[in-house]
Amino acid sequence: MSPLAPLGVFAFPGISGGDFESIATVTVGAGGASVASFPSIPSTFKHLQIRFVARSTNSDNMDNLFINLNSDSSSNYSFHYLLGDGSSVGSGAGASQTKVVTGRITSGTAASNAFGAGIIDIADYASTNKNKTLKNLTGVDLNGAGNIWLWSAGWFNTSAISSITIAAASGTNFAQHTQFALYGIKG
Amino acid sequence: MAKTYEPIATLAGTGASSIIFSSIPGTFTDLVLVMNGTASSDTNVFVELNGDTSNNYSVTAMTGDGSSASSYRNANYAALQSLFGYFGTAGGMVLGHFMSYANAAINKVVLARYNYVSNLTLAGVGLWRSNSAITSIKVKTSNSATFPTSTKFTLYGIKAA
Repeated sequence: MSPLAPLGVFAFPGISGGDFESIATVTVGAGGASVASFPSIPSTFKHLQIRFVARSTNSDNMDNLFINLNSDSSSNYSFHYLLGDGSSVGSGAGASQTKVVTGRITSGTAASNAFGAGIIDIADYASTNKNKTLKNLTGVDLNGAGNIWLWSAGWFNTSAISSITIAAASGTNFAQHTQFALYGIKG
Repeated sequence: MAKTYEPIATLAGTGASSIIFSSIPGTFTDLVLVMNGTASSDTNVFVELNGDTSNNYSVTAMTGDGSSASSYRNANYAALQSLFGYFGTAGGMVLGHFMSYANAAINKVVLARYNYVSNLTLAGVGLWRSNSAITSIKVKTSNSATFPTSTKFTLYGIKAA
């Protein structure tokens, strides 16, 4: 077991080969984890994808995710979303944010064993001549509650993405069995 | 080297009202089901997991039909309903992501994006309230409609490090 595992830092067992490759996976153990981190992301792919199931320990039934790129905590992020809550649709946005708000997960008061899930795509992450765009299909269903979201987000920075840090918006820990898997797509 | 994103099986419609992927290996992290084609007549498309026909399924989804957007929910249903959309003779496609399908510690979450050429786009999330690893996926019509041989179903496995 990695000595860094309690912090939710990735284990790096090696490359699987092919055009869609697993880069690293963070799986939260019994002690929980405050963040999930992917440091030192190689620049050898064209796009990235993060696939996750997640739950936080907040005293609510749902929570959001924050994503920070390259440890940038300046007001360089924006987002838009379209959501359905089971009875109506809605939309929202945020500009000049200090982190990306994206991802819908369950939290502490949700039925046990219930997790939210999502698929985040980051296009052309290693480009040094354009800002970065993220999109996310994410949702929670709690058998009578929940919502489905389509998110888009921007990082106004032309640096290649070399690290990704994910945290629960509530500031609480990720619960055991939360998993974030980072994949690289060649182009 | 082992592949990260690997086709498991492809099925074609047989003129019957359902298809089923059985004996799904538990060696991947996520499953992706791609369905593309038509049905013999208008029908909802339901998904059953592991032969479970008890009221252990629920869905939250949103749709746009070209004139309005809406959201709906169902709970305690006997299959994933209104997540894989509606099919008819015009044609459509759906991608269903079965996340952490083999994890015995969590209920199973399915994310779907559905597109029907003549009238609808959909994004949705489904829940199967079972911790069992998914070993079979049945896709079926809600009525007497059938899947022709031109309708294809491909199941992929994605393996995390």
